[in-house]
Amino acid sequence: MFELPSGAEIQSIIAVLKANTGFFIPEIYLSVLFMAVILVDLVTKGRKNNVLSITTLLGLLGSIYFIFQQHALPSGEIFFGMYVIDRYALFFKYFFVVSGIIAVIITMADEQFNREVKSMGEYYALIISMVIGMIMMASSGDLLMIFLSMELVSFSAYILTGYFKRNRRSSEAALKYLVYGAVSSGLMIYGFSLIYGLTAQTNLIKISAALAAHGYDPLIMILATLLILAGFGYKIGAVPFHFWSPDVYEGAPTPITAYLSVASKAAGFALLMRFFYIAVPRAALPVEDVMGIDWVALLIVLSIASMVYGNVVALWQKNVKRLLAYSSIAHAGYLLLGVLLRDALGTQATLFYLTSYFLMNFGAFYVVTLIANKTGSENLEDYRGLGRRMPIAGAALTVFLISLVGLPPTIGFIGKLMIFSALLAKGSLYIWLALIGVLTSVISLYYYMLIPLNMYLRDSEQPEEKSFNPGLIANILMSFLMILTLWFGLFFTPLSDFARYSSAMFGITLQ
Amino acid sequence: MLSLIVFLPIIAGLIILAVPSSQKQIIRIVSLLAAIGQGVLAFLIWRGYDPSIPGITAGPGGSAFGSFQFVEKLSWININLGALGSMNIDYFLGVDGISVTMVILTALVSAIGVLSSWTIQKQVKGYFILYNLLATAMMGCFVALDFFLFYVFWELMLLPMYFLIGIWGGPNREYAAIKFFLYTLFGSVFMLLVMIGLYFSVTDPVTGNHTFSLVAMATQSNFNVAGAIFAPENHGWRLIAFIVLFIGFAIKVPMFPFHTWLPDAHVEAPTPISVILAGVLLKLGTYGMMRINFPLFPEVFQASMYVIGIFGAINIIYGAFCALAQQDLKKMVAYSSISHMGYVLLGLAAGNSEGMLGALYQMFNHGTITAMLFLLVGVIYDRAHTRQIDKFGGLSSYMPRYAAVVTIAWFASLGLPGLSGFISEAFVFVGAFSSVTTRPIAIVSVLGIVFGAAYLLWSLQRMFLGKRKPDAAYDLEVDAEGHEHIHFHDWKGKLDLDARELVMLVPLAVITIALGIYPMPVIGMLTSSINKLVQVLSPVVLTSLN
Repeated sequence: MFELPSGAEIQSIIAVLKANTGFFIPEIYLSVLFMAVILVDLVTKGRKNNVLSITTLLGLLGSIYFIFQQHALPSGEIFFGMYVIDRYALFFKYFFVVSGIIAVIITMADEQFNREVKSMGEYYALIISMVIGMIMMASSGDLLMIFLSMELVSFSAYILTGYFKRNRRSSEAALKYLVYGAVSSGLMIYGFSLIYGLTAQTNLIKISAALAAHGYDPLIMILATLLILAGFGYKIGAVPFHFWSPDVYEGAPTPITAYLSVASKAAGFALLMRFFYIAVPRAALPVEDVMGIDWVALLIVLSIASMVYGNVVALWQKNVKRLLAYSSIAHAGYLLLGVLLRDALGTQATLFYLTSYFLMNFGAFYVVTLIANKTGSENLEDYRGLGRRMPIAGAALTVFLISLVGLPPTIGFIGKLMIFSALLAKGSLYIWLALIGVLTSVISLYYYMLIPLNMYLRDSEQPEEKSFNPGLIANILMSFLMILTLWFGLFFTPLSDFARYSSAMFGITLQ
Repeated sequence: MLSLIVFLPIIAGLIILAVPSSQKQIIRIVSLLAAIGQGVLAFLIWRGYDPSIPGITAGPGGSAFGSFQFVEKLSWININLGALGSMNIDYFLGVDGISVTMVILTALVSAIGVLSSWTIQKQVKGYFILYNLLATAMMGCFVALDFFLFYVFWELMLLPMYFLIGIWGGPNREYAAIKFFLYTLFGSVFMLLVMIGLYFSVTDPVTGNHTFSLVAMATQSNFNVAGAIFAPENHGWRLIAFIVLFIGFAIKVPMFPFHTWLPDAHVEAPTPISVILAGVLLKLGTYGMMRINFPLFPEVFQASMYVIGIFGAINIIYGAFCALAQQDLKKMVAYSSISHMGYVLLGLAAGNSEGMLGALYQMFNHGTITAMLFLLVGVIYDRAHTRQIDKFGGLSSYMPRYAAVVTIAWFASLGLPGLSGFISEAFVFVGAFSSVTTRPIAIVSVLGIVFGAAYLLWSLQRMFLGKRKPDAAYDLEVDAEGHEHIHFHDWKGKLDLDARELVMLVPLAVITIALGIYPMPVIGMLTSSINKLVQVLSPVVLTSLN
């Protein structure tokens, strides 16, 4: 029977919690920010003005300071193994906070919000709660914590996707997202319960130890892995768990699309790597695989399917946001190539690729937002002649797309180079995966180039050749992102070194 | 010096970026100045180049200094890969006999391309920015000695070329531009994988680290990483790598059956871009073979000379046949390029000094002659707005200067003795005959010369001799004194070649004639490098290594 803890036990628990609070400052700070934004909204009566967005922006910027402070902390688990402090988590903390900042910036630029909604109060608060959730996802050390943080992110995302309440597309997207999300969460938690059944543990490290010590039924293990992959695969948007993404990407407000496509995917990868590297490392297999199937084999299938499906289906897209949705499925495939290597170089390459994907995808979505402000459309057809009417936006978008293809001298090229280098370093068996990777990226060239094709090679049917100016700040930001994309394509040493520094989970670097 | 010649155009491009787009003349002049600057630098490099130093591989002690010339080497990227040590990428430039020839050709053709671009009226600013970016990328490819750097320049060419064809091209430009882009990218992504594999297989003898240096890779004893994918004993992977690299470069040449992008790209591209494409870009394919493909995998090259020769022969004869069937003059010239690049392949396949020398010299000559051919096609297209061979006739009596230059170019292209094309083709055939493997192929390939003469002479006859055809693209007028004149419907400029066109064409014609009579200025520069390359590729060296 379950006994109530004694007073002394409660005292000691409280003592640990108190002691560990010092390791939890960024999250506490962000939670305070979350409430502060709601308060500011109340004070400013929900009117549309910049107070709210500036508060969010500065608040998020401030959190970088607290995250920076954590570099000094030793790696380890806090809150009874629920939560992890390590460099790997730190990388993602930066990643999500900066993603949040950029999402806020894109929101401020997006004029659709002026037309569609009356109040922005909850919007910014929910972005912050999503940032908190994702940070927790990347730092989870326990199955319960994984589930809770994932749900925190998902709930915020459902609401944000449907934020344009009177827009049918937006509501439809939110509903689809919710339904798929609920199903995959259910599958994942079933997988967790199987793992718990096998090991009687919820902590990742203890699961690993239990699996290694006691062995397990491989059939149940593969079932559990498959079910858990459904949950993670949904977050990263890999085939066959991708069905939500084109509709959601198209229907959601563009900043949210951008945020989901970058940060939500990264959070999924953070979890995927931590869970499979730590909890079910392949080396822990006492019994040989069931018919040669284990989670690495599953990831290989997922990766190939995502690269091929995403890149091929994107060829027929007429809407830029949909096109980028399929492209993001394909990029999940490339990222999985780095994950399935389960070594230090692979992790480093994956983290680097995430960073490159961050820059180029946010850049692309930012320009798409600016263009939609002026043309009111995200259809490829309406991009005709835009290259001359918005010269900076056109050039920037072209650079981001070239980077998404993976051509030098952009950061996207270096990302692909690192992934393929890691594959080739692992041995000749993995060359076939690299081969599929490069072939599909040739396919991707065709659809990415459809956008510059319409912008530059075709003329707009409207006779008036008015030039659109998206404004000084937008131009500076676009140029900044464009220059970063190019700069890190030529001088990527600091980023790569940071990715290497961050590839240590629990203070251990894989070999 | 090399950095300057590479980045001069891009500096010009940045200056143009700051010039308002209405100032078309300033934009053109800035580009021209950059091109002239490149020309001056190329001249200085030519004067300062010591032809007795062969290059190709590292000098004594494994360093590129002392073997290559005008070497610039800076550490560029240095990243930590944990268990694999660190990844070092150098900013590494230098020239030897092979590349110095191409550097001079590139500077020459780029400058002529700028002059030829003078008539571009649409979006001048964007055009010249992209043009200068292209010029930088091309030059960079020829002087890069680090595979990574080479690859960056190689891929950097694609985007400007895509836009230059796609925005300023003919009616079917979208198709031609994306076809060019996809074909070339398809070839180069495999090159990327081979590049990574090579990195893990080769160490620099000086530092002991893995390296991207093409100089280190050219020496087989540097493939000393045990168990690496391209280690000498891994014959299968080395064969695959050779084939993959070869296809990557062959697409650029273009070699049959990867040639179909070329006629499309040429027909749609504006004249200056055709000039650049035929004059420089195609050479990158064969240059890549000589610099990377063959020296890195010499034993595979030895085994596949026969196949390369056959593809060369197919190119020669198939290209000539296709050219024979063309109604469109530009398409004919495009196919003639395919045919002439076949000679280069044949010369390379011979694998001896004569053949290789002929191949490299043919690359240079084809660059100058084809540039001339495309310029001449551009001249008549500007006036008549058509390139149909049947729409002309009797032009020589109305446009004598044009006809004179055309005659020089056409005869140089078919290999008339006394013009530069003859010497290189002769060398190619001498080389191919003297090699036992390629002798039968050479015998068949000679037919190509006959067909080449056929399409060139036939088109010359139809366009320039005889009388105006009834449905010609121009009107005939007889003035009071009984002299006949022609005029093109909406052409307001000079009927015959004007000053700008002469400035572009005469130097090329002079070079063609001069190098046909006295080829030593070019051949003298490349002989020692070619001999060294042949030595590197020869089986004797390989057996002595083992």
